Amino acid sequence: MSLLSAQGLTVRFNGEDVLSGVSLAVNPGEIVTILGPNGSGKSTLLRALLGIVPLSAGQVSRAPDLRLGYVPQKLSVDRSMPMTVRRFLSLPLRVNDAEATAALARVGLPDVEQRQMAALSGGQFQRVLLARALLVKPQLLILDEPTQGLDQPGEAAFYRLIEEVRRETGAAVLMVSHDLHVVMAASDRVICLNGHICCEGTPRVVSNAPEYRALFGLGTQGALALYQHQHDHSHDHDHGHGHDHTHPHSHEHGRSHA
Amino acid sequence: MAMVTTTRIPIRMNTGGPMLDDFLLRASLAGLGLALATGPLGSFVIWRRMAYFGDATSHAAILGVALALALHLPVAAGTLIVALAMATTVSTLAAKGWAMDTTLGVLAHAALAFGLVAISYVPGVRADLQSYLFGDILAVSKADLGFVWGGAALVLGLLAWRWQALLTATLNEDLAHASGLNPNRERLVLTLALALTVAVALKIVGALLIAAMLIIPAAAARGLARTPEAMAVLATVIGAAAALGGLQLSLWQDTPAGPSIVTAAALIFAVVAVLARRQRG
Repeated sequence: MSLLSAQGLTVRFNGEDVLSGVSLAVNPGEIVTILGPNGSGKSTLLRALLGIVPLSAGQVSRAPDLRLGYVPQKLSVDRSMPMTVRRFLSLPLRVNDAEATAALARVGLPDVEQRQMAALSGGQFQRVLLARALLVKPQLLILDEPTQGLDQPGEAAFYRLIEEVRRETGAAVLMVSHDLHVVMAASDRVICLNGHICCEGTPRVVSNAPEYRALFGLGTQGALALYQHQHDHSHDHDHGHGHDHTHPHSHEHGRSHA
Repeated sequence: MAMVTTTRIPIRMNTGGPMLDDFLLRASLAGLGLALATGPLGSFVIWRRMAYFGDATSHAAILGVALALALHLPVAAGTLIVALAMATTVSTLAAKGWAMDTTLGVLAHAALAFGLVAISYVPGVRADLQSYLFGDILAVSKADLGFVWGGAALVLGLLAWRWQALLTATLNEDLAHASGLNPNRERLVLTLALALTVAVALKIVGALLIAAMLIIPAAAARGLARTPEAMAVLATVIGAAAALGGLQLSLWQDTPAGPSIVTAAALIFAVVAVLARRQRG
């Protein structure tokens, strides 16, 4: 049974459909990424799934007693509010020191308990947010553009961390992103969104879908081919290094909705 | 507007009766009670950038005074009702996405102007206007003292009850939502606490300077604190020191008590700011 699902989810702002007829389900242990250009309704979809934005039509269902960890898109801890990392981890549920230390160690940030949140770097900050989300022992982690503002190595490291967490805790992950290749490499399933679901499937299927290409343009092909290149090597026989980047290598068929 | 005249110190004989017969003791206790409420609440005012919000609500108190006097209601009740109405209006408009800077600017000053105009229609109040604008802490009665401490206890109780939820919602409303909290309810708690505090503070520092008592002690505490709790406690201590210090200044120099208390708070803020900078540098 899926942890979280939506049927025909529709959100309307000022009479305009921001999302229409979105149906999806997240199953235990899988990493699902929602990919879409700016203004495609990605964040709205997450917020609707979380119950923050009211639905105009459709429904969202959760597994009973679902433990959910959430990492918001941006959280600016205003300098006017003094807040140590340790104190932040105890919001809103108080946790003991051992749990806090373990969560920080899990995200690779030992010894930051007494640091001020406002003094952390972007990458450290995102890791603290993740540590906080892990403290509820989530069955499902929901992340809204978790790598915004990180450089590319930082981004890659963060997605590796997400994969590790999934492997260790078995938590499913639903995240939103507008990056292409890095996030795709870390996903089991990609949902391509632009007000509605354009296409979905494994990263390979989606990157070959014409809807996806129409949405992201051809300029991304180089990066995608690079990703496919590595990916194909592990499955298919060696193509050698003189790769032709314009040819898609796989011909799987995924679901696609225009 | 008339220039500030000195607050008349009520002349009472200290007959050695019950302690609370001493006006200075009552004034000190009233100041301490106020600091209990304004320390933690003022911290939220700073964290949520509600300074103008505090202004609008406290200026509306003058309108509340006018209505209470016209309708022969207790002044505290009129203040509380109008402050609550103003705070709710502002918080509803904010939720609807109004441009808050402009909206609050209009509401804060309009409320004060309406209040001053309205009060001029009530016969025989002109003389007391001073005390509503600048407070009259030296004339605090035992009943006033009960109201101040009762109100402060209520504000503290509200904030303590919702503390974790309030902090989470202040950091990020989506985060609060995802944790199963309702940010709107938390906003309502703060709105209610603010209206109560305004009603409590009117007698002590007056409508014009209530917002100053919320902001200045908390701002001074910010430089010294590492956690939200430490900031709230320090803001209370600084507020209390300002109340006692201001009271002494008022007695010694025969200055109006409310502005003297805020002056003391501002001096503490300046000292702390310099010390904090020196420590960092």
